[in-house]
Amino acid sequence: MSKVVSLKEAIAAHVPDGSAVALGCALEPAIPFAAVHELIRQRRRDLRLIGPISDIAFDMLIGSGGVAEVHAAWVGNVSAGLAHCYRRAMEQGTPRRITVRDHSNFTMALSLLAGALGAPYIPTKTLLHSDIPRANGTFKRATSPWDGSEVLLIPALVPDVTIIACQRADADGNAHQWGPWGVSQEAALAAKKVIVLADEVVDRAVIASDPNRTICPGTKVAAVVHVPGACHPSPLQGRYARDHEFFHEYHRATRGFEAWIAEWVTGVPDRAAYLAKLGDRWSGLRDPGLPAAEVRY
Amino acid sequence: MVAQAAREIADGEVVFVGMRLPLIAFVVAKRTHAPNAIGLFELGVVRDAPAPELLYTMGDTPNVRGAVWCARTVDLMGLLQQGTVDAGFIGGAEVDRHGNLNTTAIGPDRTHPTVQLPGSGGGADIASLAKRLIVIMPHDKRRLRETVDFVTSPGDRASVLITTLGVFRFVDGEAVLASYHPGSSVQACAENTGWPLRVAPDVRQTALPSDEVLKIIRGYDPAGFWTRRGE
Repeated sequence: MSKVVSLKEAIAAHVPDGSAVALGCALEPAIPFAAVHELIRQRRRDLRLIGPISDIAFDMLIGSGGVAEVHAAWVGNVSAGLAHCYRRAMEQGTPRRITVRDHSNFTMALSLLAGALGAPYIPTKTLLHSDIPRANGTFKRATSPWDGSEVLLIPALVPDVTIIACQRADADGNAHQWGPWGVSQEAALAAKKVIVLADEVVDRAVIASDPNRTICPGTKVAAVVHVPGACHPSPLQGRYARDHEFFHEYHRATRGFEAWIAEWVTGVPDRAAYLAKLGDRWSGLRDPGLPAAEVRY
Repeated sequence: MVAQAAREIADGEVVFVGMRLPLIAFVVAKRTHAPNAIGLFELGVVRDAPAPELLYTMGDTPNVRGAVWCARTVDLMGLLQQGTVDAGFIGGAEVDRHGNLNTTAIGPDRTHPTVQLPGSGGGADIASLAKRLIVIMPHDKRRLRETVDFVTSPGDRASVLITTLGVFRFVDGEAVLASYHPGSSVQACAENTGWPLRVAPDVRQTALPSDEVLKIIRGYDPAGFWTRRGE
């Protein structure tokens, strides 16, 4: 049965207020900005965000007042450094106070891997002399029963929903993603359900011709949304390049926030209108890349 | 800073390459004295040849084309935890004399910071697990502090601190000024450092980059996006 719905429907049906949402899981590339904008347009509240670095995606959601909690290794602007909305929330409590669970990229990956494995925790040797475990508050120190070494136990994170952007998926949600995966696979497998934003919706035969490229089985996926250009200003391998200048513009414009969000999010009905607004700038980012050698199964 | 950072990579080493200046340091090292170095990028990319064009982030599409492995963060962090990564590069907002870095928050209370910084990313993992840590940051008294407000990345494995003014080596866990860059001096380093400066008995001027190295840096970053501030 086809799971293809509109982005509006997918967010309305599967991401209620208070949801634990993982997104931005491939780190710098393939960030589902189209879904972030739709969450803001639908005025979602009390979200609990999960993601390693998220670039400016978490910053926008924090600025919109829709976030209660952030589990992340890094929240900022990869091009410009600090992110203004996150700073205002933490330093001044505006538009609201948020709770932060500090992670490193490794502990974020391990939390989601534990969720994916159905394990309560995973031990690690990272961060033993860092202040992050104390600030996070959910890690436990322990001694390995095998060699007596000191370890940190990282508890599982189970997102209510993980939002993944990919190059292509079939109507059942079997999704091909290529380029760096970051923690995407663990986040998808750990989640109670997955929303897939596909640059292209293809026949099942295309997916089945190359199953090693499938990031998670369609059984995990609740909704497939056909959204060309869903990741702009982040890149999508083999489709389009990163729009570096957009990140700098966001940095300059979000010393305030209302004008920027009205121009690019709340004042724009959907992704197609957003891409039309970008105009030639969008077509200039096309980056079809190079073909891979043929693989035969 | 880039030329000095490149010197810290030995041929054949496996290194975790961070963003910004380390990206160019890796290119310089690969094209000069370390042609067999391997670069690991935490989002899941392994390269034995630098990307052909300038990168602004490690997730830029050219960093994936021509990579030898494209995988998951946990795979690369696993290699790091096994102890198979020789060196990692990171920067920070603040560093203390022991090489402890703060990239989390300025101020005594983490939950109510004076300045909220972005956080660790993979920096704290690199600092905790790479065999040696190479720290790169601008030299400023407010950044090189007696104590940092929050230890994001511990300095236990710090081997070198490269700043805009000089190079510190860690001796018994403490930063000792080993060289000052052309145009800088021991005094300039002392005045801009927030702890009583320890100076190596054989302190000298940092070796100038060769013409070949300058040519590579300028060829890779012709507009000076990463290197225009004399870095």
